[in-house]
Amino acid sequence: MSRLSEANLRIAHDILSRYPKKKSATIPLLHLAQEQDGYVTDDAMEHIAELVEVTPAEVLGTCSFYEMFKRAPVGDYRINICHGIACHLLGADDLIHHAEETLGVRQGTVTDDGKISIEGVECIAACTEAPCLQVNYRYMNNVSNEGFDVLVKGLRDGTVSVPKHGTLALTRQQIPEDKAAGNAWVEPDDAPAWWPEPEGDA
Amino acid sequence: MAVEKIVTRRFDNLKAHELDEYVATGGYEGLRRALSMSPSEVHDEVRTASLLGRGGAGFPAGVKWGFCPPNVWPRYLVVNGDESEPGTYKDRQLLERDPHQVIEGCLITCYAVGLTQCFLYVRGEMAHAQERIAKALNEAYAAGYVGKNILGSDFSVDVVLHWGAGAYIVGEETALIESLEGNRGMPRLKPPFFPAAVGLYGQPTIVNNVETMANIPWIVERGGDAFAAMGAENSKGTRVFAVSGHVNNPGVYEVEFGTTTFRDIIMGDEYAGGMRDGKALKGFVPGGASAPWFFEEHLDLPLEKVAVDQAGSMLGSGAIVVMDEDTDMVKACHNLVRFFARESCGKCTPCREGTTWLERILSRIIAGQGRPSDLSLLMEVSENISPGIAWPPRQTTICPLGPSAVSPIASALERFRNEFEDYITLSDRRVIPVGAA
Repeated sequence: MSRLSEANLRIAHDILSRYPKKKSATIPLLHLAQEQDGYVTDDAMEHIAELVEVTPAEVLGTCSFYEMFKRAPVGDYRINICHGIACHLLGADDLIHHAEETLGVRQGTVTDDGKISIEGVECIAACTEAPCLQVNYRYMNNVSNEGFDVLVKGLRDGTVSVPKHGTLALTRQQIPEDKAAGNAWVEPDDAPAWWPEPEGDA
Repeated sequence: MAVEKIVTRRFDNLKAHELDEYVATGGYEGLRRALSMSPSEVHDEVRTASLLGRGGAGFPAGVKWGFCPPNVWPRYLVVNGDESEPGTYKDRQLLERDPHQVIEGCLITCYAVGLTQCFLYVRGEMAHAQERIAKALNEAYAAGYVGKNILGSDFSVDVVLHWGAGAYIVGEETALIESLEGNRGMPRLKPPFFPAAVGLYGQPTIVNNVETMANIPWIVERGGDAFAAMGAENSKGTRVFAVSGHVNNPGVYEVEFGTTTFRDIIMGDEYAGGMRDGKALKGFVPGGASAPWFFEEHLDLPLEKVAVDQAGSMLGSGAIVVMDEDTDMVKACHNLVRFFARESCGKCTPCREGTTWLERILSRIIAGQGRPSDLSLLMEVSENISPGIAWPPRQTTICPLGPSAVSPIASALERFRNEFEDYITLSDRRVIPVGAA
């Protein structure tokens, strides 16, 4: 199961149209598949291979390189606790230990109810707010052990609302057809319209 | 020491990410001015400004733009927003708080260099930044600032938002291009793959950092001379530094480039406000995880490229991480090395195997299983990744990731060798005879 749905296929064609070469859409389409299913399924990868016109193995090759793509379910909420240097100095190891103890899971595994998984991750660029974490890539800054417990309780009882794993930006870029420059298909050796002829000292 | 802010000038304005507010505060004036000039005149302004790239390597942007071979089309702009260097926290702020400024910078760059399409590569983990950029682009397209016949001129360019998916190495420019082509993000060998000559899809490609782009509108609006009037001889304008770790006010500060010192930014009340809990300074990382460490005696160095290079480190990506007297330097060193081991792409053997072994050796030292020979072994492995362990580093690898892992080891071992030795002498490596337990 889980090729891209009709609606997502339309988005996929939209994305494909923006790149001079189809394979460039591989990562955006993998994100789309992960948004649809919460992780990247084999069927989705095959579908993407058809769309970008490469072999499924090539899509898997790209997919497996990148940390964000999960090829098995990781629960509704993925909590990534930063253990980069700034967070390390301000207690990230203790926070990860606390998270493992309270949730009863090791890093990389999912709680029994299938809701939450945790992982120690490399620097997430919130160093001045250390220690910090992300829930499905939404930031929480200056996290104490108590703050973590409140977060987990909130995720469980629904008072903290976070889009499910796989959903990144809620707004997508739209390029209206009549506004697009469409330079992706510029003729080779053809200088762009605004470029003075003959070319200067480039 | 109040200096005019350039890239963070709208950070106090919480609505600056909306098009109306951006335009009301002088936004897209730089683009209008650029379109009234010829592309080469715009390029000259940036050359005059001597704007150094803000990604880490610090190469002058105006010079880089001149490397495109003439009359080869199409040419591309790839903007590097894959900010992942530990300690670095500036590009995300620029993308989230003032996205139109970055977009305007991209447009001006495309105009000046004749680039026919722009890809804005934003790190995958930054959902909020992606959202802000997507909204900003949608607004800008609707208002005619991006796309076909921009502001009624014959200048047309698409700006495409592209998300990464979690790989530090993709911050390296050739790996970024590989990733944008849909491949595993592994660096390419230079030569022949200098992006300006052979970049995206084999075409001339300019790769610039987000902060570099954010400086362009101001430069075109106010002139390269005005920019060059700020800062020091070899470091013009302003720079954004993120100060984190054991300080009172960790934060992101835009300061005049080259005149402010490390002491000012770490200890100064208007910046990081000194050491937390009155502790003493033990050391600090001056420019991201890849940079060799600095200590007390380096505090009076200016935040200036040449001075810091000569002192044996780099300003890199503008990440200052401060460590106080209670810091376990062996663990800090291990933390940084583990980062490089995890993020090594695996293409070059010295880095793939070397960083992994460095991490394992440090792990066992911390776990109380260290051997007396481990300290020389650490140096030996480091030597294989970066012969001579000098600064700037020599490398046996395609990109500088491997040699970067050597920096924290060389720094920590030279200065805090006793801490490593303590771990080893106090370690519990008793051989327990069979049956005795």
